[in-house]
Amino acid sequence: MNFTKSFRNTFLVILLSLIVSACATKTTTTKVEGQMQGDVYTGTDTVKYLADGVPDRVFFATNESILTTKSRDTLRKQANWLRENSSINVVVEGHADERGTREYNLALGERRANAAKDYLITYGISADRISVISYGKERPVDSGSNPLSWSKNRRSVTVKAN
Amino acid sequence: MIRIFNLTFLVFLFLITKANSLIEIDITRGNLDPLPIAVSPLFQDDNSEKNSINELKVENVGSEISSVVENNLKTSGLFNPLSKEAFLQKPDIAHLKPRFEDWALIKAQALITGKVTIENKKLKVEFRLWDILAGREMMALAFTTVPSNWRRVGHIISDKVYERLTGEKGYFDTRIIYVSEEGPKTARVKKLAIMDQDGFNTKYLTLGNELVLTPRFNPTSQMVTYLSYFKNLPRVYLLDIETGTQEVVGDFPGMTFAPRFSPDGKKIIMSFAKDGNSDIYTMDLENRVVERITNHPSIDTSPSYSPDNKFITFNSDRSGFQQIYVMKADGSNVKRISFGKGLYGTPVWSPRGDLIAFTKLHKGKFYIGVMRTDGSGERLLTENYYQEAPSWSPNGRVLIFYRETKSNDKGEGFSAKLWSIDLTGYNERQVQTETDASDPSWSSLLSN
Repeated sequence: MNFTKSFRNTFLVILLSLIVSACATKTTTTKVEGQMQGDVYTGTDTVKYLADGVPDRVFFATNESILTTKSRDTLRKQANWLRENSSINVVVEGHADERGTREYNLALGERRANAAKDYLITYGISADRISVISYGKERPVDSGSNPLSWSKNRRSVTVKAN
Repeated sequence: MIRIFNLTFLVFLFLITKANSLIEIDITRGNLDPLPIAVSPLFQDDNSEKNSINELKVENVGSEISSVVENNLKTSGLFNPLSKEAFLQKPDIAHLKPRFEDWALIKAQALITGKVTIENKKLKVEFRLWDILAGREMMALAFTTVPSNWRRVGHIISDKVYERLTGEKGYFDTRIIYVSEEGPKTARVKKLAIMDQDGFNTKYLTLGNELVLTPRFNPTSQMVTYLSYFKNLPRVYLLDIETGTQEVVGDFPGMTFAPRFSPDGKKIIMSFAKDGNSDIYTMDLENRVVERITNHPSIDTSPSYSPDNKFITFNSDRSGFQQIYVMKADGSNVKRISFGKGLYGTPVWSPRGDLIAFTKLHKGKFYIGVMRTDGSGERLLTENYYQEAPSWSPNGRVLIFYRETKSNDKGEGFSAKLWSIDLTGYNERQVQTETDASDPSWSSLLSN
């Protein structure tokens, strides 16, 4: 069931990105070439690494908590790393951009952090090794007020807890 | 922490002329001409002047109090206080019996006069409100209090005048609790702060060691509820601002947020987030019983009670996007009420009961608006790059909210400030704060 769901999501994301890129050729919605797909950040500017080749964060579309193909790839790497380092526990921090009301964004950040946590659990990481915290829009990593900055801030970040 | 003067105002009602005067302010219209009013400096004798300087470091507490009144009345947008330079009559003489022709000449329709004395560590203030056109007194009151309380006397006089001339309760003897903000956007330091409604007497209630958000007053006492990230555990707290004691609200295995008191002050209503789902809960402050109000896989947050405690308005994305809903206080009869274009958030029920204020996001702009409690009659009061979180004045006349400016690509140019706007959409103005500020909440009237 999980498989079909994630398959469906993958399909949706691919479809969505096709539509968006189709639009992008006509309009100028994606100004920053190669840094965003739809409005999900795909660059590496703000990304840190838990270990060699293991990015610490994944990015989300506006108002969404769906994991993109790339996000799932990153989380699988995190899960592998956590499996190899079984003494390490993590906190998944959920974040939102500044273009939403504070209270809703707190809930949205929590939803995003849990989307990442659930995926790690699916890949065999024990739930008690992962805690979540939402910062809503309180801890942006990019302080600009533009679509690219916002896309970097819509994220969940996996941080070592010990 | 904060010492609130627990003093009792001795109020003598030594003369009240009954209504049927000529001046009255029609506050149902928006674009009205503010009433020209003369606020004469309150007269102070020589002996009181000495005491005023000694005890308050203020040369003339009489004119200071009249400035507080003048500023309040002006800020309301309903009054136009006239320039004191045009006044022809001396304060002491005017207070005994104004020469109405002189005041009519400068186009004043109402006049406030008064007298202060400071003796034996007591401040006594008398004031009178005069109807210039009818040529008679409308109200006369006297207060005795400790001298350090002089600003509050100014606020109380403002409330009395406002109520006498508009027929509605005032909102000047009130305070605003808010979040003070400093530092760069990526590492903002936030503290709880409280100030008088006119921006004076700011006090900081937390040190900024942990993130704090969304403070709200209990409408019936000097308690505040807010969200604190103390020890990196975001939880709803209860703070007594008189004693400084605080406690966590309930024992939840996860983030609690978006707290608000019920209008009777007996419950806290808030969201609890678990496993990616936020629902609404209440906790009874007397017996600590926790109740779950909503149970839905969507985000349910920003709850706010109706003034009769019978209904709750809240924010939910159960339709797919943020919208405003109303339900009975037990969680039954959930109805969506926002159907306009865009997203809706932060619903707050008016203390009068007839309206719900909200934030709306549409096409990249943020609006503060009001609608009736069934969702009809939506009116947008103000549009901006970013603004949210309206809070009602206790008389349901004015909304205070916060507004953020756009940053450039380096993150420069960002600011967060408090603003207020009249329910009619007129009289939008910035509320002065010592630092950047957000999440304002308006107290009830302190004296009543």
